[in-house]
Amino acid sequence: MLFTSLGFVVFVAVLLVAYYLFPKKYQWTLLLAASYFFYSFSGLENFAFIIATTLSCFFIAKAIESMRLKEDEYVALNKESMDKDSRKAYRAREKKKRRRLLILGLVLNFGILAVLKYTAFVMGNVNSLLELFGIREMSIPSLLLPMGISFFIFQSTSYLIDVYRAKTYAERNVAKLALFVSFFPQLAQGPISRHADLAPQLCQPHRFESKNVKFGIQRIIWGYFKKLVIADRILVAIKFLIDNTGAYSGAYTFVLIILYSIEIYADFTGGIDITIGIAEAMGIKVTENFKRPFSSGSTKEYWNRWHITMGSWFTDYIFYPLSVSKPMMKLSKTSRKRLGAVVGKRIPVYLATAATWFLTGLWHGAAWNFIV
Amino acid sequence: MEKLLKILSELHPDVDFTNNDELIDEGILDSLDIVTLVTEINAEFDVTIPAEEIIPENFNSAKALMALINKLDEE
Repeated sequence: MLFTSLGFVVFVAVLLVAYYLFPKKYQWTLLLAASYFFYSFSGLENFAFIIATTLSCFFIAKAIESMRLKEDEYVALNKESMDKDSRKAYRAREKKKRRRLLILGLVLNFGILAVLKYTAFVMGNVNSLLELFGIREMSIPSLLLPMGISFFIFQSTSYLIDVYRAKTYAERNVAKLALFVSFFPQLAQGPISRHADLAPQLCQPHRFESKNVKFGIQRIIWGYFKKLVIADRILVAIKFLIDNTGAYSGAYTFVLIILYSIEIYADFTGGIDITIGIAEAMGIKVTENFKRPFSSGSTKEYWNRWHITMGSWFTDYIFYPLSVSKPMMKLSKTSRKRLGAVVGKRIPVYLATAATWFLTGLWHGAAWNFIV
Repeated sequence: MEKLLKILSELHPDVDFTNNDELIDEGILDSLDIVTLVTEINAEFDVTIPAEEIIPENFNSAKALMALINKLDEE
């Protein structure tokens, strides 16, 4: 069910009315049912993936949290008998156990994503190599990518890591986590929300407030305007120019670049406006994903204002852990001795930045053009 | 504290690190500065700041950062 289909508009309108008529305590169950109903349009077989992610994250997060609580309890009980070193050693041992569980959850979920999204890409590259040596190529299986899988896996793994880092609580009710993972307005294209920000709002009761509904609907209409009136109209010109590059070259290419930038901006931010608007109409505040990126003064600023939640996901869960990891600190110390202080302190920054951009490219699509 | 202030002023010589308590909120320190800082702190104080402690509250002022270093050393 596309955002721009009539069916979707009717679905949201009916849901909004039902949401405020429903007993407040159970509004969240209606949201879960609506999210699963929405997801079912992408194919019933896709439920296997979203349920696998939900269940694996639910049980692993719960186990991680209970291990941490036990650790704190143990330290508090043995405060007198433990000195600083033995306490540190005990905490390090316990953290290692929790980290193993976290890694299991991450491998499981990113494993699913990797197999579905990158099998064809990897095998295509292997085939190119085999061809070089004159070896017969392998046939590439066609795997269909379930809708929104990159988004819900990123959101769920962020939940897992945040529980591990004690930045959020582990859900006690699997259905509440299922709603956080599948919340339909942001399932197809984000934003990638954090559990501590979104989950409490999803499950708390929301009274009808005309201000929320009014502003929400305004934002939805603005989103449709950007998507249907601006982006889709420009797309006609873009297609025409791309199909006729022989006749329209030179300055037309420059016009094409400008048009394409506007089209991507209007289409993507329009979709996000619809997402945020739907949530707002139900009294739920979803994180903003764009802050007028094209008025940035530098590329650095631009990346802080475009697809913000994806950028912060990569910063918090890839860039920082990688750049402050023990091997990186060791490498920095070694290069400090051999190559000087300036290079030594910059090494983690350079390596982690390169790795983060590589993964960001890979996330956008399984092809070399996204990586390069 | 002096050692930390020296590291900070090497990053941004024009900033008053003693009094500013909105280093992150005002965008003075970005993610690249933070990683450089963590690397320098690791070398100077022998304290590893884990990724989960990289949050605005810990990096908004020199005082908060010093408190974090002391806390991690104590733990």
